[in-house]
Amino acid sequence: MASEVEEIRGIGHSVRRVEDDRFIRGAGNYIDDIHLPGMLYMAILRSPYAHAKLNGIDASAAQALEGVIGVVTGELMAQHNLAWMPTLSGDTEAVLVTDKVRFQGQEVAAVIATDPYIAKDALELIDVDYEPLGVVVSPDQAKAAGAPLIRDEKEGQTDNHIYHWESGDQDATDAAFAQADKIVSLDTWYPRSHPSPLETCGCIADVNPATGQATIYMTSQAPQLIRTVFALVAGLPEEKIRIVSPDIGGGFGNKVPVYPGYVVATAASLLLGHPVKWIEERSENLISTGFARDFWMRGEMALKADGTMTGLRVSLDADEGAFHADAQPSKFKVGLFHIVSGSYDLPAAHVTADGYYTNKAPGGVAYRCSFRVTEASYMIERLVQNAAYEIGMDPAELRRKNFIKKDQFPYKSATGFEYDSGDYHGAMDLALEKVGYEQLRKEQAEAREQGRLIGIGLASFTEVVGAGPHKDYDILGIKMNDGAELRVHPTGKAHLKISSQTQGQGHETTFAQIVASELGIQPEDIKVTHGDSDDTPYGLGTYASRSTPTVGAATAMVARKLLDKARKLAAHLLEVSEDDVEFEAGRFTVKGAPDKAVTIQDAAFAAYTNFPDGMEAGLEGVTYYDPPNLTFPFGTYAVVVEVDADTGVWKVNKMVAVDDCGVRINPMIVEGQIHGGLCEGFGIAAMEQITFDEEGNCIGANFLDYLLPTAWETPRFELGETVTPSPHHPIGAKGVGESATVGSPAAFVNAVIDALWPLGVRNIDMPLTSAKVWDAIQAAKTGAPSA
Amino acid sequence: MEITVKVNGADRSADIEPRMLLAHLIREEFGLTGTHVGCDTTSCGACTVLLDGRPIKSCTMFGVQADGREVTTVEGLFQDGQLHAIQAAFKEEHGLQCGFCTPGMMLTGSALLAENPSPSEDEVRWAISGNICRCTGYMNIVKAIQAAGRDLAADAETADAETADESVAS
Repeated sequence: MASEVEEIRGIGHSVRRVEDDRFIRGAGNYIDDIHLPGMLYMAILRSPYAHAKLNGIDASAAQALEGVIGVVTGELMAQHNLAWMPTLSGDTEAVLVTDKVRFQGQEVAAVIATDPYIAKDALELIDVDYEPLGVVVSPDQAKAAGAPLIRDEKEGQTDNHIYHWESGDQDATDAAFAQADKIVSLDTWYPRSHPSPLETCGCIADVNPATGQATIYMTSQAPQLIRTVFALVAGLPEEKIRIVSPDIGGGFGNKVPVYPGYVVATAASLLLGHPVKWIEERSENLISTGFARDFWMRGEMALKADGTMTGLRVSLDADEGAFHADAQPSKFKVGLFHIVSGSYDLPAAHVTADGYYTNKAPGGVAYRCSFRVTEASYMIERLVQNAAYEIGMDPAELRRKNFIKKDQFPYKSATGFEYDSGDYHGAMDLALEKVGYEQLRKEQAEAREQGRLIGIGLASFTEVVGAGPHKDYDILGIKMNDGAELRVHPTGKAHLKISSQTQGQGHETTFAQIVASELGIQPEDIKVTHGDSDDTPYGLGTYASRSTPTVGAATAMVARKLLDKARKLAAHLLEVSEDDVEFEAGRFTVKGAPDKAVTIQDAAFAAYTNFPDGMEAGLEGVTYYDPPNLTFPFGTYAVVVEVDADTGVWKVNKMVAVDDCGVRINPMIVEGQIHGGLCEGFGIAAMEQITFDEEGNCIGANFLDYLLPTAWETPRFELGETVTPSPHHPIGAKGVGESATVGSPAAFVNAVIDALWPLGVRNIDMPLTSAKVWDAIQAAKTGAPSA
Repeated sequence: MEITVKVNGADRSADIEPRMLLAHLIREEFGLTGTHVGCDTTSCGACTVLLDGRPIKSCTMFGVQADGREVTTVEGLFQDGQLHAIQAAFKEEHGLQCGFCTPGMMLTGSALLAENPSPSEDEVRWAISGNICRCTGYMNIVKAIQAAGRDLAADAETADAETADESVAS
């Protein structure tokens, strides 16, 4: 009998994705695919200067162009008290400029027209009188005496400093350094990169002036949070705001913030009584929306002569751009950077961070990263490799000696995290075995004899994701707890509504699999709704690898809540006591009489047709999940490169990635996430950088200058896994979307530096373009200090 | 300007400005929104369509240049109620995530397979190097295109065998 029961394709099954059916037919519904009756089009005029006083705007010629409905300026926005808006970091940000522009590409005015081409034409006709001011493009310039004051409109702001933040124990760390046998240091700049999802940002604001109902279709990774922000910014009643995230063409953190374009389009729709569509061009996306990284870091490690790590000190300057608009938990000014002690049993650590305003675009977003964990992981993994060489140990051996051991979990770190679980030795051993580490070291020695530069780089990262427990984690005071609502219909089919939003992660498939495992309903019988703030429970959105740790947990918990009721219904149908009912894979049986059974579908039908007296009808519920802790995915990546000393060109010969993200809901999707993260990590290590000249001109505002890896450059990836379930997550999962972007840049750079170390090269800041690698080799040859 | 383009096998006419880009003609005038615009500079390939069978980037070509020619978009891959082998393979091999690059990627892949039915991994990677994907790291896209090539070859063999059977029967 049991053998006839169809296996439930729940957790652990590589179910093919339901969302693919529309995407492979070109039938997705992305923001620019939406057309509303009477829709107008908006285009934004942006500043050519990085810092300039605004003396005036003459929009009369633009206004006179046939097809132009209106021109919106900062002055008009100010009349509605909308010229400025709050940021997710508690700062303020200009919506449209009223006083001066503070970065190149800043929003100066907007044209609303009947046609997108006409809107662009009209931008050319707007005459703006700018008076250029001195420009600041780095933290060093920002803190220099006499530096131009960027935020002169902020009361009490007398310099360009934003915050000072510390974590860990300074005295204990100083003591560790005082007693150290060896101190190793590394200065490195993690340059500014950009998430660059293939779809740019955009919105359609549709405000009905008669009812006040505002429906805003928006490329947002966090529709519920954005609804609340809009209520606060615009003073609109929250029940009349509906944020709809349709299909999203990639996010990677870029689609978390509220951008001025969204606010202007909404104001324009309110004033004009028409839907207003605004779609960014790629150059606008690169020049003005949420960037990533831009941390100037110094790391120092104290060690005993035998290689035991005793202390870690890290200080950094963060280049935040013109407005402090990082999207991160309010308590932590540099996100979760204090995970910088990584995978190591470091008894003492101290982190200091200072944020500075510069004349660059705002919005330090976590580009496929849990709030600055990427920068932290890069620092510690680069520092550990340099420490190994300086102390005369193999980098794998130094790691092995200092890893937090399996039996030390839960482990309290020196900066205050409680690591939930881990097996760092297991993951590294598997990576070394798969890459053939010992043999490679022999081959490397032989190659060096022949003058060939082979390098082997490792990175054994520990991430911290799944923010978070309500005690410590909020954005603008809103606790980072997320919801899931589940309804089982009379016919036993189900509808799950979740607060997180997919941008390619496959939530419509994987979240159904979680319910499938809990209730024994096949995943294809479960519809998953997300992205519409009117039709989903509250939550803080999809970023920082938090969907599975928070919403995945909420989904399992709401399913369990429904199962409790279904069990009562089954007992009623089976005419036995609830205590005598057993449940497995969608079937309720009577203890000791396994032939007497009803299915979850029978119980669901009974919930509407045949429920006991005193029971409410229906089988549905909602749960908000407050995670007891964060989760700590980890892994070891190994990269083998060969560097051409004559040209600086480096090529990846092999890349092995061993990930431990706890229980894998859909192994196929997990591997896809890792592939994608590795590719983006490779891009950051090799080519992705947003550069500025001394005048603050952004030299990277298109894909001809901001290089993304194509299939041709991207290495092949070989994956491996270990599974250490999270002890506190209902299904043992940890989140995996960002591990590979967090862990891999250091592995690539470590491999190149490993190849070049004997030449005297100690560091090259990313991206490792062939020109920079060649320069470093030349500098080492001539004895000059390398970059 | 009045133009007529054969789109996915059917003649479509439009009266457009000479400056209208082909991508916008396809999306806005013909209502085929499977063709996406990702970069505006011919770099990313999200807007790839087939023009007379060859992959081109429709964001940097004028609509009027397509007058009298044949355009295939992603919507044209699905024929007679059947997915094209490359569509089925992209789903089976998990060759897509957010889906934004997918139409262009599949069209470039299908054009490659039309010329080279069993491409090597390097040949696939070179062929799609004008199409950027931010999600997949390309591993499964390469697999999907190669799998589609094998599926198309198997279908052709079956068709040949059926033709042979029919000729024997007659």
